[in-house]
Order: sequence, then structure tokens, then C-alpha cells
Amino acid sequence: MCPAPPSQAEQFLQCKSLTGKIHSDSYTFSNGMAAVARMRPDGSFEGQPKGFPFEDFEFEDVMLPEDDDMGIPSEDDEVAEEELETETGFGSVIVADNLPGVLPDKYDKLTGLLNRIYGQVGTVREGGINMPVDQETETSKGFAFIEFHTPQEAAAARESTDGYKLDRNHTLAVNLFDEIDKYMRIPDNYESPEQKAYAAQEHLRAWLMDKRGRDQFAIRFGDETEVYWNDAARSQPEEVYKRSFWTESFVQWSGQGSYLATVHRQGVAVWGGNSWQRLTRFSHPGVRLIDFSPCEQYLITYSSMEPSNPREKAKVLLNVFDTKTGKKLRVFDNSVDEFAIGTAAGPGGALRWPVFKWAGGPKDSFFARLGRNAISIYEAPDMGLLEKKSLKLDAVQDFEWSPAEPILCAYQAEQSGGNLPARISLVRIPDRKELRQKNLFSVSDIRMYWHPQGDYLAIKVDRYTKTRKSTFTSFELFSVKERDIPMEVLELASKTEKVVDFAWEPRGSRFAVLYGDGPRPTLAIYDMKSTTSKGVNCTVLQPNKQANCLHWSPQGKFLVLGGLKALNGQLEFFNAEDGEVMNAAEHFMCTDIEWDPTGRYVATSVTVVHQMENGFNVWLFNGQLLYRMPRERFFQFSWRPRPPTLLEPAKEEEVVKNLKKYSQKYEQEDQALLAQTDVDLLAERQRMMDEWKAWVASKQEWVAQNNAGIAAILGDAVQEGEYTVNEVEVEETLGVTEEIIRAT
Amino acid sequence: MRPYLLKGHERPLTQLRFNREGDLLLSCAKDKSPTLWFSEDGKRVGTYVGHNGTVWTADFTLDSTRLITGSADSSARLWDVETGESLFKFQFQEPCRAVDFSLGDDMAAISSDPFMAAPANIHIVRIEADISNQDATPVRTMSSDKSGRVSRVQFTDLNKTLLTSSEDGCLRRWDVEVGKMVEEKQTLKTYNTERPANSAAISPIYDHVLIGGGQEASQVTTTSSRAGGFTSRFFHKIFGEEFGTVRGHFGPINAVAFHPDGRSFTTGGEDGYVRLHHFDADYFSTRFLN
Repeated sequence: MCPAPPSQAEQFLQCKSLTGKIHSDSYTFSNGMAAVARMRPDGSFEGQPKGFPFEDFEFEDVMLPEDDDMGIPSEDDEVAEEELETETGFGSVIVADNLPGVLPDKYDKLTGLLNRIYGQVGTVREGGINMPVDQETETSKGFAFIEFHTPQEAAAARESTDGYKLDRNHTLAVNLFDEIDKYMRIPDNYESPEQKAYAAQEHLRAWLMDKRGRDQFAIRFGDETEVYWNDAARSQPEEVYKRSFWTESFVQWSGQGSYLATVHRQGVAVWGGNSWQRLTRFSHPGVRLIDFSPCEQYLITYSSMEPSNPREKAKVLLNVFDTKTGKKLRVFDNSVDEFAIGTAAGPGGALRWPVFKWAGGPKDSFFARLGRNAISIYEAPDMGLLEKKSLKLDAVQDFEWSPAEPILCAYQAEQSGGNLPARISLVRIPDRKELRQKNLFSVSDIRMYWHPQGDYLAIKVDRYTKTRKSTFTSFELFSVKERDIPMEVLELASKTEKVVDFAWEPRGSRFAVLYGDGPRPTLAIYDMKSTTSKGVNCTVLQPNKQANCLHWSPQGKFLVLGGLKALNGQLEFFNAEDGEVMNAAEHFMCTDIEWDPTGRYVATSVTVVHQMENGFNVWLFNGQLLYRMPRERFFQFSWRPRPPTLLEPAKEEEVVKNLKKYSQKYEQEDQALLAQTDVDLLAERQRMMDEWKAWVASKQEWVAQNNAGIAAILGDAVQEGEYTVNEVEVEETLGVTEEIIRAT
Repeated sequence: MRPYLLKGHERPLTQLRFNREGDLLLSCAKDKSPTLWFSEDGKRVGTYVGHNGTVWTADFTLDSTRLITGSADSSARLWDVETGESLFKFQFQEPCRAVDFSLGDDMAAISSDPFMAAPANIHIVRIEADISNQDATPVRTMSSDKSGRVSRVQFTDLNKTLLTSSEDGCLRRWDVEVGKMVEEKQTLKTYNTERPANSAAISPIYDHVLIGGGQEASQVTTTSSRAGGFTSRFFHKIFGEEFGTVRGHFGPINAVAFHPDGRSFTTGGEDGYVRLHHFDADYFSTRFLN
């Protein structure tokens, strides 16, 4: 049987389906159904200008000027334009290759087979299968065009039938028609991409090699961002690097100080090395907040998008990047409601940063966020949900990781009206073993404070009194490193008093509490390891402190009591070991207090929340003011963090023991440095003086001319610098009246 | 030495001016009467009554016989220093902000504030020795439309040019004869005060700069009293370092002036007081920063 040539209608349909569009006007013409316009009684038509000679008018005679269509597109142009609108019109066509070449007698059988195969995947258009035939041999060319109703179906068909085994010799190779062109353009010979020459990267921790062991800090004021050495021996900062408009909102050091991140509209850039070159860029348009993982392997960036429709919720986008390569590892894109749960919800529907909290430990392995009745824990480096399921905890409100190991402490709120008590649990990850748990009754609020080395955990519990009208505070103290994690309860001397601040001593077993209702709270320091008695023991108790925040030195032993805000910047440098105030000072209007990572210096700063006094002070740990640096519009002061020390504890102890021996050498160095500083200062002043004198000398001529001119104008009337004091007595008659005193 | 506290004004001070010899001190304030004092002992000589608004500025002639004052009542007046008699009145449409006599006292420059649609103007008037010939119309008016208020004017270069300082922080030089701006001055030295500076003076005998200022008066009640920093501060002219402060005022300092012999200085504050300080002997024997 010979295949009938496609009928006229079939050809038309194919043409239509191949171009994807058909010009509808052609129907109206072919049907002879041209638009009918109503004729006026005088023979003219509606809308036609009167007086136009319609009778003897030949349409062909009308000529439009060339290249001018009078703003009216001709019918041909319209077709061209419509064709342009679709990409190519072949979006829903696929090409199935590797078909057997068939003679005309098998043609219908094969198309029927294809129709059956593709009918299962999507809807093949009627007559949408076209298999070109070689005119000479009359066999089909071994490929077919198949058209579906929608491009989506075509894509699905390609997915499912690419590699389909028709029989033993014929395996289908299916492509989208639109992509054929793209594949054709691939060169036949493989050219390996040019290998980039290896460029040695600068040492990212070179700053630690400073001979004098100084620390760096970054400040931001006005449009400037500057990095300085804290040159405490010379009581001045030394500039390292500065740049105007370096960041669009803030700068942030990574957890161990290797990188400095700047935040821009397009994303985040990370800088480092001695020359402060840009190391990596992280694209995240509209980024608002960033957070490095503690070992700075990863960077999480955050942005939120306000909805255009007020009824919708804001969208939140979080990206997880690899800091070194800049590769985007995971995207969290969701409505803000999915993240604002429990304590993660800040005031006004905002999120409390960081949304994702990193587990402590020598490696960045886990990070977690609060979910609804669960904590979702993700595992680095593949960033997937740990064991593909969240940690189920009913009514979980908050959690904190231990800074030292992957243990998290979760707080579940009271449920069913107090029948189910609030619960604290310590869970080890990744085995999800509950190490310790504790039920707490009539809880109003809980805050968790991990010891910086993860040795202890303090839970501040606010409980309702029996009447539920007020609350009182107590502490539950866990010794995490000990067997079975023993717990103690600490109640303040006066139960009703409000706790102002709480802080663990880093590298120690003490903690400090500031409590009291009035403006002068009490400072209490407790020790978890007491030699005299069992359990927690109060070592220092001092009332009447002008303070509202506590800042321990990162090395422990010393702390600064800050009286910020309403207290105008009172500072008390306190020795916790001896329980005495080393020095009381004031940095007027001070807003921020930050210890340097070595615990030697304290920086206090006044930022733009105040109009005046902007700038920062650097103090010695004992409260001696080293230097001040006033800066207008001061935004930020940030010490560069250091990685953990490599010295073993034994070695460290030895250094402390032989401190006298070591310090001698350094003191000498400092002395020499100070002498040099004085010399430098004098030289600088001399230079300024010389510069000034040179400027004055350059004006000498003008001065001489001017003086001559003055003399000429004023004449001899006034001799410079000469005048005499004359005593002048002025007698003024105010009035004369004559009166008769006595008439005789 | 304890300063003399000159209490003669009820409103904030605006300008302090010594005469050439330095025996007289004139204080201008936001009340209507500029007041004349003996600079040696702070005795009040008298007031000049006639203005009907804040008196922003004043200048003595070289021989201290006449005085010119500029006021917010849109007028500038010539006075007889000795009798306090108002000799002449220059009436303008806008408040007068700064005045200066030329060298030889035959001209005066008067600046007026931008007001309604008018820009800041600098008027040059001729001053006649015989007051009966005095003409009220300025011989030249230069408009400084981009600068904001022109806060001070000063004849220089033998009256050929005029230096003006204005609110936009720019010092400009004007050609008096042509009536055009010829130069915008470059900064030679900057003294960092951390808070608003309202007035400054250079010592005539040492490399010292005296700067007065402090927190803006409108902000004073919003912060602690010590936040204001209402101090007169001494800076080294060349090194730019601060080496001394003098406290006393309880509002921002609006005006400072050195005595022509450099042995005393005076400050006037928003608090309405004028403080007349005579330096102690050790000021002259100490070498600050040198």
C-alpha cells in the first residue's frame, strides 16, 4: 500500500502546528465574509469622508510613499510581527532520533507505534507526528518530529523517553526541537579550557605574626572604614588599611578573624590578607544580615522581601555559602512565619538573628534552627537535614548550642494550661541522646547561658508567684563536663529582685550576677568549684554598683561593669579574684564595651545614637586610659578575633609562672618604643613648624606690600603700636535752676 | 585670675569686639542694646539704644569715635561712641548679619541674610566724615546666592578685596571694585573640636587659637549637663593640638575675642554672660607643646 500524500487539510494543519500560530484573517477572506459596513443613502459608507470620489476610484492607484506606512501596519507586517512574538514556535516539538528506516509499507505502523508510546506521556496533536522520507530510496530517514499540546508535555516526553529501547538495535535519542540548534553548534573537537595559572594566596592569618603581638580592630565612621593596630605600648593606634565606601551597611569579622566581610546591595564580599584584597564574593541581592560559622568555613546570609500584597507574609531568603570557594551550598526560601517561631520571633514580626545557630566544636558540622514543635538540624558540608528528620520537641521555644561540643539545650514551654510542665533537655547530636532533662513548674520565661568553654550551663528561670501576678528569678546550674551532669539551684538572696545581667567567667568556674530593682544594683560573683564548701558559693557580694551590664575579660579574672545608657557611661574595672575595684572611670555617653580577644585591653565607644562625643577609648585591663580617638558619625568598633591558642594548657601555666622572666624583655622593648615615639612626635611637630614657617615666608612679600599700603592710606595719623593715655576730665552741666531759698 | 562676669544682657550674646587700643569692649546680644565696657576692669560705660531687634554685629572705626552695628531689624546704624547718639541709619529689606569698616574708615561692608526670595547680599556703603553728607544707598551690592548666610565680612588687600565666611563653610574672596567673587579659599589648618564650634580667634602674640562653642542650645535639655562641653578651648595654631580649656559658661559659647595686646580674652555665651579673662603670669612663661 502506498501512503497517500498528505491531504491539503493535513498540510495546512502541519503548517499550522509547525508555526504554532495561524493568521485568523485568512479565514475571513477565504470564507468571503469580509466585514460589512452599512451603506449610507447617498451611496457612501459610514466613516468615509464626504465628497471623496468613490465612484471612479481604483484602489490600485493609491500609492503610499515608500518606507512610510502612515502608522498603519499592512497585513503582511502584522504576520511578521506575530511570528516574532513566539520564540520559534517549536517549543512543544521533540525530535526522536535512532528510529529504524522504514519503507512506505511500514510507515503507518511506525507512526502508530510512536503515537502509542507518546500518547502515554502527553497528548500528541492530531497529525503531530511527522517522519521525513528520503525521496530517492523511499525509506524514512530514521527520525521523527512529534508535537505535543504544550511545551511542558514535550519536556516531560523528552525526559521519559530519552534512551527508550524500541528494540535491541534501536534506542531512542530524544531532544527538544529548540535545542537541536544549540547542540549543532558544539564544536566537534574538544578544546580543553585554559588552565588558570596558580596564584599563591596571601597568608590569611599573617596578622598573628606581628612581632609585638598586637591586635587589630576595625572602625567605621562617616563613609570611612579603617583597620588599625592597637599599639598600646605607644598609646596610639597605627593604621593598617583604610578605604572609603568600603561597605554599604556594616563590616563583620569572621569568627577567627581571617576574613572581614563587607555588605553591599548585591551581596557580601570577603577581604583578607596583608594587602586586603577581595578573596570571595557572595551574590545575594538585598542582603541584610550575615553570620559566619564559628570555624569560619561557612557563611549564612539573610534577606527578607516585603510582600507587595499586604495580606501576604514577608518572604525570607537565606543562603549558605562556602567561605573559601564562594559556592552556594544551600538555599532556604520561605515565608517569614516558617522561621519566626518561639524566641526566634523578634518584635514586630522580625526575625531574631542568627536564625541558624552553629554547634560548637573543632569543626563546623551542625547547624540548627527552630521549627514548629521541632528543631531542624542540618549537617555540613552537604547541608541536608540530619538523618532526614527534625528533632521532635513539642512546644519548643528556644535552644542554644554548647560552644564546645555538639550538645544543644532546648526549652519547651508549659502546655495544656500548666498540666504539662516546662522542660529543659540537653541533647547530644548526632546520636540525639538526651543527656539530661528537667521539668520546671509555673515558668514564665527562661534564658540559657552556656559557659564559653562549655563547662557549665546556667538557666535563668522566671517563675510566677502563687498569685501569678509577679515573677521571681532563680538559676539552675548544670555542670556539663561532670558525670551525669549534676545540677544545682541558686536562688538570689532577695528573691523578688530583678536580674539585670548574668555572665560566665571565660576560662574559669565563676559567674557574675547583677541584680536589684533600683538604679544601683548589687554585684554578686559565685564560684562553681569551691574549696571550702560543697557546691556553688558566693565569693563577692557588693551592693550599690552604678552598672547595668557585665563584661568579662576573655581570659577571665577581670571584668568591667558598665553603666551605659541612663548611667552616662560609668565604668568599673573589677578584679574578681580579689573582689575589689581596680579603677573606676567614665567614658561619657558610652554605648558599647568590647574586650580585645587577648583580654589585655578594653574598648569603649560612643556611636551615632548620640549626637556628640562620638568616637572610642581604649583602656588597659585595669582601667588606665591609653588613648582616645574622637570621630564624627561613629558607627562601629570591632576587634579582630583570634583563633584559639595553640599552646597546651601546661605550657600556658608555665608562662604564667615565669611571667617575671618573660615580662622583663618586653618591658625593655616597650621602653625603647616609647622613647622612639617621643622622638617621632617631636619630628612630626618640627615638620609642621617648618611647613608653617615656609608658608609664612612665602607670604612675606604680600605682607610688606600690605603694610606699605596701610601706611599710605592711614598716613601719619596712626603710628603702629604707639599711643598715649590721656586723662581727660569731662565736666557736663546737666541743668541750671535758680531758686530763692529765703526771702528777706 | 578670676574672670570678670559682665552681666548686662538678658539674651544670648552674638559678637564681642575690642576697639583698636583694646581699652573698650563692645558686646552685641539678641537684646536690642549693644553695650560698651571698659576692658580693664569690666565697668559698664553705657548702651546704644535705637535698634529694634537682635544686634548681630558691630565694628569700631580706627580712632574709636564711631561705631557701626548691624541688626535683625534690617538696619545698620552709625553711632557716636562717646555720646551714644545714633548718627545715621542704613535701612535694608533683610536682616543685617555682619559689618566691617574698611581701612581708613571711608567705606563699610554690610552683609544681609537671605530672606523671602532675596539671596544673601553684601552691600558696600560709603562713609562720609561729615554725617550731614551721608548717603543711605549702597555704592555696590554683591549677591552671594549659593552660600547661605554670610556670617562675617572683612576688608583685605588694602580695601581692594573682601573676605567673607558663610554658612556653607566656605571662605570667599570678592573683588570690591568689580563686585564679583574671585576666589574660594583653601583650608590651611583644621582644628577638631568634636562638637559645634561657634566662634574662634587667633592670639595676636602667640601661636594660639581660641575656639568657643558647645552643644547646640536646642539640644541642651535633652542630655546630661556635662554633655554640653561649654568650654573655651585653646589649640596650638600650627600643631592643631588642644592644650587647654577654660570652663565657666552654662550654655554654648557664641562669641570669643582676644584683646589686641593678647593679654586677656573674652567670651560671650548663650547664657547671656560675658566673661572677661585676664591671663595669669604663667600663661606667658609656659611654652605650650613647644
